Amino acid sequence: MNARIAAAARPLAALVLAAAIISLVLIALGASPVAVAADLWQGAFGNWLATTDTLVKATPLVFTGLAIAIAFQGSLWNIGADGQLIIGAMAAGALGTALGGWPHPLAIIAMLTAGAAGGASWGGLAGWLRARREVNEVISTIMLNFVAAQVLSWAVHGPLMEPSHALPQSVVIAPSAQLAFYFEPSRLNLGMTVALLFTVVCHLGLFHSAAGFELRALGRNRRASAFFGIPIRRLTVLAMALSGALAGLGGAVQVSAITHRLFETMSPGWGYEAIAVALVARLNPLAIVPAAIVFGALDNGSQAMQRADAVSPVLVNVIQGMVIMILIAFDAMATTGMRTALFGLAGDARPSADAVAGAGDA
Amino acid sequence: MLEAFLASTIAMATPILLAALGELIVERSGVLNIGIEGAMLAGAFFGLTATWFSGSLALGLLASCAAAVAFNALLAVLAVNLAVNQVVAGTAIDILALGLTGVFYRRFFGLTGSAFTITPMRTIALGPLARIPLIGTALFDQSALVYLAFALVPSIAFVISHTRYGLELRAAGERPEAADALGLGVYRLRWQALMIAGVLSGLAGAFLTLTYTNTFIEGISAGRGYVALSVVIVGRWNAWGVAAASLLFGAAMALQFGLQAVGTAVPYQFFLALPYVLTIVVLAFMGGQADAPSALGSPYLRS
Repeated sequence: MNARIAAAARPLAALVLAAAIISLVLIALGASPVAVAADLWQGAFGNWLATTDTLVKATPLVFTGLAIAIAFQGSLWNIGADGQLIIGAMAAGALGTALGGWPHPLAIIAMLTAGAAGGASWGGLAGWLRARREVNEVISTIMLNFVAAQVLSWAVHGPLMEPSHALPQSVVIAPSAQLAFYFEPSRLNLGMTVALLFTVVCHLGLFHSAAGFELRALGRNRRASAFFGIPIRRLTVLAMALSGALAGLGGAVQVSAITHRLFETMSPGWGYEAIAVALVARLNPLAIVPAAIVFGALDNGSQAMQRADAVSPVLVNVIQGMVIMILIAFDAMATTGMRTALFGLAGDARPSADAVAGAGDA
Repeated sequence: MLEAFLASTIAMATPILLAALGELIVERSGVLNIGIEGAMLAGAFFGLTATWFSGSLALGLLASCAAAVAFNALLAVLAVNLAVNQVVAGTAIDILALGLTGVFYRRFFGLTGSAFTITPMRTIALGPLARIPLIGTALFDQSALVYLAFALVPSIAFVISHTRYGLELRAAGERPEAADALGLGVYRLRWQALMIAGVLSGLAGAFLTLTYTNTFIEGISAGRGYVALSVVIVGRWNAWGVAAASLLFGAAMALQFGLQAVGTAVPYQFFLALPYVLTIVVLAFMGGQADAPSALGSPYLRS
């Protein structure tokens, strides 16, 4: 139990240490850390509109965070949630224009299905390449991110471009395919509810199903999994497709609820940010939601910070990178002892049996 | 036409080759450095910044290397000493580098409106070779970094295959426990490899901002570091193979200029996506890990 509390406390400690280091960076830049923190908070939670927008900005991070958690639990290093989200958004955005006249619930289900299918194709392709062609999924998913960005750019300059050809963007999707805002002027919508639904599904699937057990076994020890008859190849393709589907759902929800159309920059890097979200959540679906809200708040607050302090919102990337690094370093130190980790020990040398990733020890 | 294509192939291949040669050394020591993209980006930004403030290209090159070495040192602490997952650590470095360069860039140059440009490195014509028709200027009137990149190919091939250091490096990547038992110092070898690779990634970044262009835009490395990772696999962890693969990917990137100039009906996004698609296709047909160092990507902990 103590170990579990420590494992849960380390993300908080990592956030605190990252904040301390970033304060130094800000001082070096000639900005006041206190003012920046105050503006971040004000922008994220300062009033009702800001707070609700933090939830809106956290929504795609829940989906992509779940996508990363599912893949990483199986030691499948999916760096491609960004591309999967983009393809999902594209599929939903393309279909959404044709859903006029459909009953609203059906149109929404069609949008989500299209998004999931689009993302699943992109993730599943990387899974298939890994399972059947021995292509490292790290490389293939990164490459597929770049390809997805170009496919989207081509689509909104070409086949999906609005008829007036004024801007590189698609036509607005049919009203029936749009998720409504509940409490205008806030942008609160059903998206977060859908995200919570899938969070529960992922939790049950990962921790209370045979397939989830097999996936986690695969993540812990690939060779032993093969020995026990787990269908590694099928599971690899399936897990990557599911991971992609979750990211694609995030894209579909974004189009359906927020943007209502496609343009070139659909994702500000949610697929990469999701890695920080998932690691802070210890790859545990239920913890993804609060972690996503923390990072969503940073994203949201960073815009107020930019206006007030003239610090670029890409500061959020610095925070993400630092949190990941500090967290995995803390985990490694907790697992092996700091002295061992830093200096090694004299005596018998043997290789570590497993990657001391620290990921997934919740 | 051919001359322009050759010239842009070389320009596209050079940063990839520099970074990939560094990655080759790192991977031979058993470490997979996904952070190479971030190191290259840091090299590009800090090299240009140093040159802009000092007016000295030499200081710029030095700053490029120092920045990339610093990022690789960060990776070394995490991946070598702390034995964390190398993919996660490398990705964190990429995200961090994108953020840091972006924050510094906009703070110093985004608001002032002053042009963030420098006088780039001059090309050096190699006497009569540069006057060969068609290929002369493309191949023999280039910046020193281009000559360095290609001169490093045989040097690194020789060092890895035929020297004691190369043998130790390979031991660390193939059988780290055996290397350690022989007292070779796996940590030391992997640290050294990452420092050497830091210098090379820094030069790769410097090529982007001090030679190929004379300015910086956010994310200027544009996935070249990731392409370099693929180049090492396609090149079968061998310096000559890495050089050939770099030229192949350089040519794929250069196609966009050539074919856009000709004016085809094919959308330009196709050419922008081509190097990445090519990477996936080539890896699908020869992506097997059979030639990879046995311990590649697995952390080694003395215990």
